[in-house]
Amino acid sequence: MESQSKLIVALTSQVGRKYLTGITGVLLVIFIIGHLLGNLQLLDSDPERFNAYAKSLHDFGLLLYIIEIALAGVILLHAFIGIAIFMRKLKARKHGYKVSGQKQGGNGKQSLASRSMIYTGIVLLIFLVVHIAQFRFGPAKETVINNEPAMDLHALVMETFSNIWWVIFYVGVMVLIGFHLRHGIWSALQSLGAMKPRWSKAIHGAALIIGLLLAIGFLVLPIIIYVRQV
Amino acid sequence: MKLSLKIWRQEGPDKEGRLVRYQVEANPHMSFLEMIDVLNEQLIKAGEDPVEFDHDCREGICGSCNMVINGVPHGPLRGTAACQLHMRHYKDGDTIVIEPWLARGFPIIKDLVVDRSAFDRIIAAGGYVSVDTGSAPDANAIPIEKVKSDTAFDYATCIGCGACVAACPNASASLFTASKIAHLALLPQGDAERKTRVVRMVDQMEKEGFGDCSNHGACEVVCPKEIPIDAIAFMRREYMKAVLS
Ligand code: HEM
Ligand code: FES
Repeated sequence: MESQSKLIVALTSQVGRKYLTGITGVLLVIFIIGHLLGNLQLLDSDPERFNAYAKSLHDFGLLLYIIEIALAGVILLHAFIGIAIFMRKLKARKHGYKVSGQKQGGNGKQSLASRSMIYTGIVLLIFLVVHIAQFRFGPAKETVINNEPAMDLHALVMETFSNIWWVIFYVGVMVLIGFHLRHGIWSALQSLGAMKPRWSKAIHGAALIIGLLLAIGFLVLPIIIYVRQV
Repeated sequence: MKLSLKIWRQEGPDKEGRLVRYQVEANPHMSFLEMIDVLNEQLIKAGEDPVEFDHDCREGICGSCNMVINGVPHGPLRGTAACQLHMRHYKDGDTIVIEPWLARGFPIIKDLVVDRSAFDRIIAAGGYVSVDTGSAPDANAIPIEKVKSDTAFDYATCIGCGACVAACPNASASLFTASKIAHLALLPQGDAERKTRVVRMVDQMEKEGFGDCSNHGACEVVCPKEIPIDAIAFMRREYMKAVLS
């Protein structure tokens, strides 16, 4: 009991909050890497490839629901703490400086990406609602795989991305994910104290590369799908 | 050299402040503070209120010369406190904006002077060694690994000026607090109390109304002692170790 309440106090402390954003952030990054690898199967000329993959996930049954609910919890916790950190920041300095300057030799790890975490994050939250409504609970048609009924998610995706506006929306959001991860991946490792002195430059650089790769990976999908259909 | 200054003037803690424009004739050999001294002499001769600013050692070791110069705490030179900045880094005709540290944890007292006693309270919460270590032992009587003692010394160079808070977009006091925690935890004398220390100091930092660290790293760039944010990662590890054990 004693140690349990101590852990709760610790996790709600300033250091604990950053551990939680960091851990949830890393979990989400691992998730989207898997999500991207799965989605790349959409590019296969055989629609069954992706539908069979989706079906193999649905076949998890109850386990899939548990994973989905856990994932939703992780996202909400991450967003909640991110917003809490932002609210505290607003209080910690009521009025800003009249001029903002740059130190000779740069601004540290500060960047447009780091300054806009809350805004890119909120767009992501809204995006996730749209995205889940559209594909998780969307109007997928029935199909048959290995003589068993399955959902034709491939067709749903193709249809969605035959609309240029959806393509633009997704590409735009994926650029913002890139920004969120550019600072996020570096920041999570620093938050988790995983930094050895003098590693920070390398990790900050690696975050840029991973963020870029993930954003590019996700945004080429709708573009390729659109182009193939015109 | 002729300079145009815009300085934050605020009569008291609860008064409205504003930037006021002044002209001053400085020479390139002056330090930044001497340039303000010249301005203040002018103001006193004219019967006006001189600009209040904190200063003491004027050699970069006390951490009191706090001012944000053209948006950068301690001005444009890396690893340099405002008192060690010289006017040769400016050109004739330049306009220089000077503002105080801005943070809820550092309320303004007057003009450029802020109340930094929040830092004292963070130190009082645990930034010391209370175990009796006797009179000063012979040098090298307690063996300390070279790398450890060097790292501890790097963190110990913190002069508590508060530039880290002033530069941080979140007004977080993490670099200051972390430097003190890391410095003491790395040395045998500080080892005995390391667990209570980190928990209490982190707790106090929060109570003082400083924001969270979002890993922007703005602090390490303006730190006059160039203390790296590795200190903050150290503090986080130290904190979790203390809580989980
Ligand atoms: C759902 C909406 C989201 C919101 C509102 C949000 C918000 C934020 C905010 C405000 C931060 C900065 C925290 C700070 O100031 O220290 C942050 C950090 C981070 N976010 Fe998000 N985010 C969201 C979604 C995501 C997603 C989907 C991912 C992964 C794909 C992600 C990955 C990260 C990572 C890795 C960090 C760094 C954690 C740290 O600094 O410790 N976020 N997020
Ligand atoms: S006056 Fe002491 S550090 Fe500048």
